[in-house]
Amino acid sequence: MSTTIETQGVRAEPGAASEPGRAGGTIVPRWLRWTLAGAAVLVALWLPNGLYPTVAVDIACWALFAVAVDLLLGYTGLMSFGHAAFWGTSAYATGLAAIHWGLPFPAAVLVGALAAVVLAVPVGYLAVKRVGIYFAMVTLAFAQMVYYIANQWRSVTQGENGLQRVPRELFGLDLTDEYFFYYAALPIVAGGLFLVWRAVHSPFGRVLVAIRDNPARARALGYPVHRYKLAAFLLSAFTAGLGGGLFAIGHRFVSLDVLHWTTSGKAVIIVVLGGIGTLWGPVVGAAGVTRLEDWLSFAGFEQIGLVTGAIFVLAVLIFRRGVWGTVAHWLRRRG
Amino acid sequence: MVNFLQHTFNGLVGGAFLALLALGLAVIFGMLRVVNFAHGAIYMLGAFGAYVLLTEVGLSFWWALLVMPLALALFGMAVERLLVARLARLDPLYNFLLTFGLTLILQDAVKSRYGVQSSPYDAPEILSGSVDLGAFDFPAYRVFVLVIAVAVCVGVWWLLSRTRVGMVVRAATERPELSTGLGIDVGRWVTPVFGFGIGLAGLAGVLAAPIRAVNPLMGADLIIVVFAVVVIGGLGSIFGSVAAGFAIGLVQAWVQALGEHWALLSQVLVFLVMAGVLLWRPAGLFGREEAPA
Repeated sequence: MSTTIETQGVRAEPGAASEPGRAGGTIVPRWLRWTLAGAAVLVALWLPNGLYPTVAVDIACWALFAVAVDLLLGYTGLMSFGHAAFWGTSAYATGLAAIHWGLPFPAAVLVGALAAVVLAVPVGYLAVKRVGIYFAMVTLAFAQMVYYIANQWRSVTQGENGLQRVPRELFGLDLTDEYFFYYAALPIVAGGLFLVWRAVHSPFGRVLVAIRDNPARARALGYPVHRYKLAAFLLSAFTAGLGGGLFAIGHRFVSLDVLHWTTSGKAVIIVVLGGIGTLWGPVVGAAGVTRLEDWLSFAGFEQIGLVTGAIFVLAVLIFRRGVWGTVAHWLRRRG
Repeated sequence: MVNFLQHTFNGLVGGAFLALLALGLAVIFGMLRVVNFAHGAIYMLGAFGAYVLLTEVGLSFWWALLVMPLALALFGMAVERLLVARLARLDPLYNFLLTFGLTLILQDAVKSRYGVQSSPYDAPEILSGSVDLGAFDFPAYRVFVLVIAVAVCVGVWWLLSRTRVGMVVRAATERPELSTGLGIDVGRWVTPVFGFGIGLAGLAGVLAAPIRAVNPLMGADLIIVVFAVVVIGGLGSIFGSVAAGFAIGLVQAWVQALGEHWALLSQVLVFLVMAGVLLWRPAGLFGREEAPA
């Protein structure tokens, strides 16, 4: 069963070409890459002027989350269906740190992301014992466990009421206006994205891709496969935690939804629609999905799952490269 | 002692649902290597179908018990032919994603028509009483559920281990290429087996209608518990999945019986057991080790 062309990212067959984003390194001309990066910076700076600033903040948070999921799915060959555990744990920890300790919001977000990493150590240790579909099921199950615990631990999480009035503090600056908060949050988002970009384009990232493409060979070459997977898992949890923490500060509210499996699922949807195994893909996907959901709820449409589910099913059936995967593929062929 | 037996019985009934769902998942996985995320949604459709048949068509529980599993099996076969088969040659994760998308669609479709509140559904008249089992009385309906579930599990075991059809399916499950080479038309069995597994989930749903709250999200969290159950039993192993289903149901009921403070533990217990199994026997209690990775 030779399916090398179709499986980009998800446990590609041995000898498969690297994912579109990476292969662009040699074929897509340098000027084009810099132009794209420059355009992305401009779009990021302009975003809250063209959209509701709240939506812009959401896009930034989900972009971090989706990039974190894609680090595992696209670059390590592990599909985590339980990343809401890290996004949500960080959201709660960030909210609690901001409420009880009165930390400035970047410090609270950092506390949250570190809490996510602490949770990721045992979960990742157990989950990387399995691969493929089992990895997805195991991460999903552990995330559900975290959800139940948060639901019962009312003295800390306030149960179904959620954490309310999360402060948004930064050395006395007034950030109640979403427009200014977006720009205050942007460095954290950029930092998280840079972290993942740096990791993927490092020797460490090359080993991850080798593990994705052929774990047996990577092990034969002497790489401790489990340890690399766990490291990727922790980095991914940290990035998802940055997103979740910002999400808590951005909404000034944390509800149990942040831990539910539908949240994990949404991150996977974003990655698939944007393009598995690309770094721009999850960002583009986050913008598209957040925008679509905002538009649907603005139009008074309640059953959002009907629309996103249908789009997602179509994408899985006939558009597996995703938006950015398709663009990258096209650029490579043209180049 | 009386209490203990009662909790044991309730645990077996709860385990029966887990076992039926895990059995369907395992049968489908064995033949297609597909983990059906929509299994919980199908279970919900079974229960909802029974409710709709009663309130809008006027068909009794017994008709629902016959019609819904068959209808859902046909639905499953159509889904397999039209959608799942297209992704059969790719990484199985794509079919997991496909069925995840279907879950979102099915849940929200039912939600948009019937809302999120739970609908009442009564057990049939004849099963509304209780049964005297030795020194104790048990609700007749729950006894009925347990009997049906055990009968179905034994029936499937008999089908797989003692009939020619079962032999073919087992051969196709274990060595698809070799079976094809020996002249067995493996592809012929894929669609019926998928439909059969879906039908089992539908059956579990109909059985659940009178004792569980019937609402569009009733399968949403249950499916994740079932995933943990099949990881514990070993997804490739049909016996393991069924045994783990009953065992988890039992232990959950016992822990729940300890009192309200133990509610959280009974909820997360299945995941803790899964963690222990992953440490001790990563392939599951009855599973075979997959290729090292």
